[in-house]
Amino acid sequence: MTTNTNLNLRAEVKDLSFSYGPKKVLNRVSMPIYENRITALIGPSGCGKTTLLRCFNRMHDLYAATNYDGEILLHPEKRNVLARDVDPMEVRMRIGMVFQKPNPFPKSIFENVAYGLRVRGVRKRSFIEDRVEKSLQQAGLWSEVKDRLPSPATALSGGQQQRLCIARALATEPEILLLDEPTSALDPISTTHIEELITELKKDWTIVIVTHNLHQASRTADYTAFMYLGDLIEFDTSDKLFTTPRDPRTENYITGRFG
Amino acid sequence: MKERFIEAILFLAATSSVFVTFGIVWILVKESIPFFAHVPLGEFLTGTEWTPLFENARFGILPLLCGTLLSTAIALSVAIPLGTVAAAFLSEYTKPWLREILKPILELLAAVPTVVYGYFALLFVTPLLQKIHPDLGGFNVLSAGLVMGMMIVPYVSSLSEDAMRSVPGHLKEGSFALGASRFQTIFRVVIPTAFSGMTSAYILAISRALGETMVVSIAAGMQPNLTANPLEPAATITAFIVQVSMGDLPHGSIGYQSIYVAGLTLLFLTLCFNVLGLWLRQKYQEKE
Ligand SMILES: Nc1ncnc2c1ncn2[C@@H]1O[C@H](COP(=O)(O)OP(=O)(O)O)[C@@H](O)[C@H]1O
Ligand SMILES: [Mg+2]
Repeated sequence: MTTNTNLNLRAEVKDLSFSYGPKKVLNRVSMPIYENRITALIGPSGCGKTTLLRCFNRMHDLYAATNYDGEILLHPEKRNVLARDVDPMEVRMRIGMVFQKPNPFPKSIFENVAYGLRVRGVRKRSFIEDRVEKSLQQAGLWSEVKDRLPSPATALSGGQQQRLCIARALATEPEILLLDEPTSALDPISTTHIEELITELKKDWTIVIVTHNLHQASRTADYTAFMYLGDLIEFDTSDKLFTTPRDPRTENYITGRFG
Repeated sequence: MKERFIEAILFLAATSSVFVTFGIVWILVKESIPFFAHVPLGEFLTGTEWTPLFENARFGILPLLCGTLLSTAIALSVAIPLGTVAAAFLSEYTKPWLREILKPILELLAAVPTVVYGYFALLFVTPLLQKIHPDLGGFNVLSAGLVMGMMIVPYVSSLSEDAMRSVPGHLKEGSFALGASRFQTIFRVVIPTAFSGMTSAYILAISRALGETMVVSIAAGMQPNLTANPLEPAATITAFIVQVSMGDLPHGSIGYQSIYVAGLTLLFLTLCFNVLGLWLRQKYQEKE
């Protein structure tokens, strides 16, 4: 594994194992997450990408019989978000997530973006309005929706809904943004749109993205982790991983020989 | 040939409830027409006394309407909050095994004969209320309404829970991922999303409360009384119907006809609330 000492770490996964009941899904995974960089998780379906991503914001805590072992340290204070005494809600306040399928709430466009602020008890109207506008701008959606903020979010197209979900996650200024195959339910044009957006976002955000689209990973991600059957096989800069993979399994996967 | 036969049977089954409804409406209307030949509609709608069996009979529906709406309002103010909270608890907080135990117990509330609830109100709840408020009479709308509310909790909770459980998991996860608590997720995402389904539960509860007979007959006193004070006795439309039909009224007398008029009024009232429910439902569905 290459560690880059010139970059700031935003988080660090250390010896992370995870199981759904008796079924072990992650095996001692370790990897760095660099600040203002995009890190992609790739690997064949079922290898544990989603599972790993959902460890970062403790989504697994919502369900019974899920077990973490190991650490995810959030820098700079190196706090282990998986520690028992850490409230999952607090973690989710700091780490945002966008899901595979766009999931806007059946509320107005405005209220969707304002949701995270509202649950944090923010009341000040002008503050919320400013933040909603800023987030929609960052998500590249502002010009399309600025005249219809009170209309239902569910009336937007799939691509717009996904950008709305990104805006919704950005509104609370999370320290890390998790994206789980954010374009897998979208058409090619919306996909390109979101990819451009993600590249744009890395100026201000640290992003971890799961994708099964290798071109997407090589185009957008600075770092890529290849996972296979719950193991992290290889982690490197995308350039190196896609041109000169060190592990034969990585090579087989990126050349399309399995998966 | 066989197909046609089955189709016909299915068609009959599907339409039978429509026929029954029309039959009921027809009989109610038919018996009400002669009534309105005696009593002007204006007097019926605005009269403040309902004494159809007295020498000097008066036919103002307001006291009965008032008793009905008051007891229904009290019942709903118990059933809707309790039923909604119970539904939220069952669908969002309990483990599946606990839900399997709690649900049937809750639904048992609806299986208790209403006469039992009536005496429960009269002999248990009223004395209890008298401890707090000693001036309270033995018959009052409050006690009847409260017990009626308890009785219809399962009607609200059962349908509301179904509606809440059908809220897609990815919406709830979306809320949790933004840092919301379970409570916030329920009140800000689950309930608003399930609301159009929950209105059916509320409408059913309203219809059930409007039509409830036993509890109010036993515990509220059967005295047509134009008052909005729940501490006083009152009669509802249904209680009046029971009271009168237990006596022997000559067929075709005005007292006899007044039963049908009361029935028609109740049907109309129920219809109004159902239309309101439908409208609410549509309004909330549009928002989604
Ligand atoms: N809730 C769950 N309960 C049990 N097993 C699960 C659950 N979710 C995923 N799995 C299993 O965990 C493995 C990894 O799944 P996942 O993380 O979704 O993979 P990926 O996102 O890489 O396709 C798979 O074998 C999958 O069947
Ligand atoms: Mg996945």
